[in-house]
Amino acid sequence: MANIKELSQIPERLTGGHRLCGGCGATIAVRQILMGTKSPVVVGSATGCLEVSTTIYPYTAWKVPFMHNAFENSASNMSGVETAYKALKKKGKIKDDIKFLAFGGDGGTYDIGLQALSGMLERGHNILYVCYNNEAYMNTSVQRSGATPFGADTTTSPAGKVKDGKDRIRKDLTSIVAAHHVPYAAQATISNWKDLVTKAEKAFATEGPTFINVLAPCFRGWRYPAEKTVEMAKLAVDTGYWPLIEVENGVWKFTSKPSTRKPIIEFLKPQKRFAHLFQDKNKHLLEKIQQQVDEHWAYLERLTSVTCEGEKPSAPKSAPNTAS
Amino acid sequence: MKTLALTGDHAATESMRQINPDVVAAYPITPQTEIVMAFSQMAANGLVDTELIPVESEHSAMSACVGSQAAGARTMTATSSQGLALMWEVLYIAAGLRLPIVMHCVNRALSAPINIHGDHSDGMGARDSGWIQIYCENAQEVYEMGIMAIRVAEHSKILLPTMVCQDGFITSHAIEGVNILDDADVKKYVGEYKPEQPLLDIKNPSTLGAIELQDYYFEHRYQMAEAMREAKRQLPAIFAEFNKFSGKNFNLIDKYKMDDAEVAILALSSTCGTARMIVDELRDKGIKAGLVKVTVYRPFPVEEVVAACKNLKALAVLDRADSCAAQGGPVFTDVCSAIYTNLDRKFPVSNYIYGLGGRDMDEAQLRNIFNETLENAKSGKVKKLVNYSGVRI
Repeated sequence: MANIKELSQIPERLTGGHRLCGGCGATIAVRQILMGTKSPVVVGSATGCLEVSTTIYPYTAWKVPFMHNAFENSASNMSGVETAYKALKKKGKIKDDIKFLAFGGDGGTYDIGLQALSGMLERGHNILYVCYNNEAYMNTSVQRSGATPFGADTTTSPAGKVKDGKDRIRKDLTSIVAAHHVPYAAQATISNWKDLVTKAEKAFATEGPTFINVLAPCFRGWRYPAEKTVEMAKLAVDTGYWPLIEVENGVWKFTSKPSTRKPIIEFLKPQKRFAHLFQDKNKHLLEKIQQQVDEHWAYLERLTSVTCEGEKPSAPKSAPNTAS
Repeated sequence: MKTLALTGDHAATESMRQINPDVVAAYPITPQTEIVMAFSQMAANGLVDTELIPVESEHSAMSACVGSQAAGARTMTATSSQGLALMWEVLYIAAGLRLPIVMHCVNRALSAPINIHGDHSDGMGARDSGWIQIYCENAQEVYEMGIMAIRVAEHSKILLPTMVCQDGFITSHAIEGVNILDDADVKKYVGEYKPEQPLLDIKNPSTLGAIELQDYYFEHRYQMAEAMREAKRQLPAIFAEFNKFSGKNFNLIDKYKMDDAEVAILALSSTCGTARMIVDELRDKGIKAGLVKVTVYRPFPVEEVVAACKNLKALAVLDRADSCAAQGGPVFTDVCSAIYTNLDRKFPVSNYIYGLGGRDMDEAQLRNIFNETLENAKSGKVKKLVNYSGVRI
């Protein structure tokens, strides 16, 4: 992978001047993903912040072909684009090698677009699907989604006199995607840029459907100061709230792991969406969240400790099995 | 030219084989299923080099069609009923983005109650979506309109998606002799698809599907409506060229014994075949009866309908769909609006809702409708404006 100086010299494909917020995590995620390929790329997006803020007619912030169709169909729309490419290339009408990239927020991916994503993965389109995950419907004022974590106060899972925010845990979308047995699926976030760009490079270079779930903090919805976006992402990694993993040809792997996981309250505390959990009466909920994080971590430890042959995936590839 | 024994579904598939589109994205649903099955087999046998997208829903079918056509590929699909309903959102997007997708719609009733048979409830609900709609009487028309639709949709002054409709089961599953044009002639007639600004033109990147607010949205919707009006202006020439090519005599509407008709039925699709027979029967009795078949329903052929009906003493408009809350079915309100705003002379026009859920429209019902229309002609008044034919009330 290129170093940071080289990455900084890659021409921007999403230019400045768009209307996304200063401090928006999604913008950083998109720019880092686009650093993952030097090939021509065609970008699609679901309805959401990214799409409405970068394309207000007659302007566009995209220097590459960009298409928006609707909310739930980023994956099926790009399935059409990619198949058209295949058809036209076969007929010699297109010569270039083009990469296809579909974006969706967590609402457009975990919830309303899950079926379209599943179809895209199962049919085997040569598309990288990236979920820029800010854990709620931020474009329409912070409604809960299937990606919203337990306890979060959103406008449709509000904390009130008798309720304490969302009462369900978030979906494990990365596992759902991995269950399609696609060649590459990963989780990443913007604070660990080297990890994210490497994953994007891998995904772009892989033949077949690939997926990256990028945690992209949103200061409006999470309610922390706008300048702390990257810090929030880092806390998500350091507390084990957002494990950096990849699943390559069925093999689960931590790509980076904190030496010791910080307590989850360090991630929760700076965010006003969790403020109600810090009342004395809700101490048990904080404990419950720590337990959820621990359990998920243990689940990933189990998955990463074996391959299908029962081998340690971390064993060096060059070491042949000579035991006998 | 050869003649094949084909159902309506297989007539549609045969036209698709000859068109050989770049991409087909479709999801199976009764009674359209045969189209998807037969076309998949053609692809499996190498009779077409189309790339298939076997999507997981109709919503994704239309979404993939939009992506594919926007990318620069000639794209087709087919659906029915609930499938069209599930596509609804994306139908409007296909039209709004001005993508000339061609779709076979095998008309079927909408749930509930669930029913798999033919009526026009599905197609009628999509009449304001910006799609051109052609309603076919039989398998022969399905085949020919299926070919012509490519030229309609892709016409540089139109660029609107086009739906070729046929009656579920009545047409889709009945075998008829269908005259088939030569492969090479069809290939030449449809030509190459040459989009002006395909998404895959990476040297000239474009943004498609942008958000437009109060300052631009209205203009783009106006342009789409204007394209539909332009389609109305261009269609006669497209039909004329197709007729020259195929040796047929298609037009936006088909008039049967209308020159001196005093009473007439106006209808769409397969019912017109039976209605023509009743017209002959009445003519034998010295009654000046006629039939107007509306082939192109969107854009609505206002001038043609008015010209065909202007000397009538009474007219009955048949709707194989109910709009429940309006004064009569969708075709009726269109016809009334055309006639009453373009003719000084008023004559009685009545509406008959019929055949919902595939109930037969038989000869007795059509005779009865003509009889009641004759009474309206005599009295100069509409006895009953909105009627239901063939239902137990």
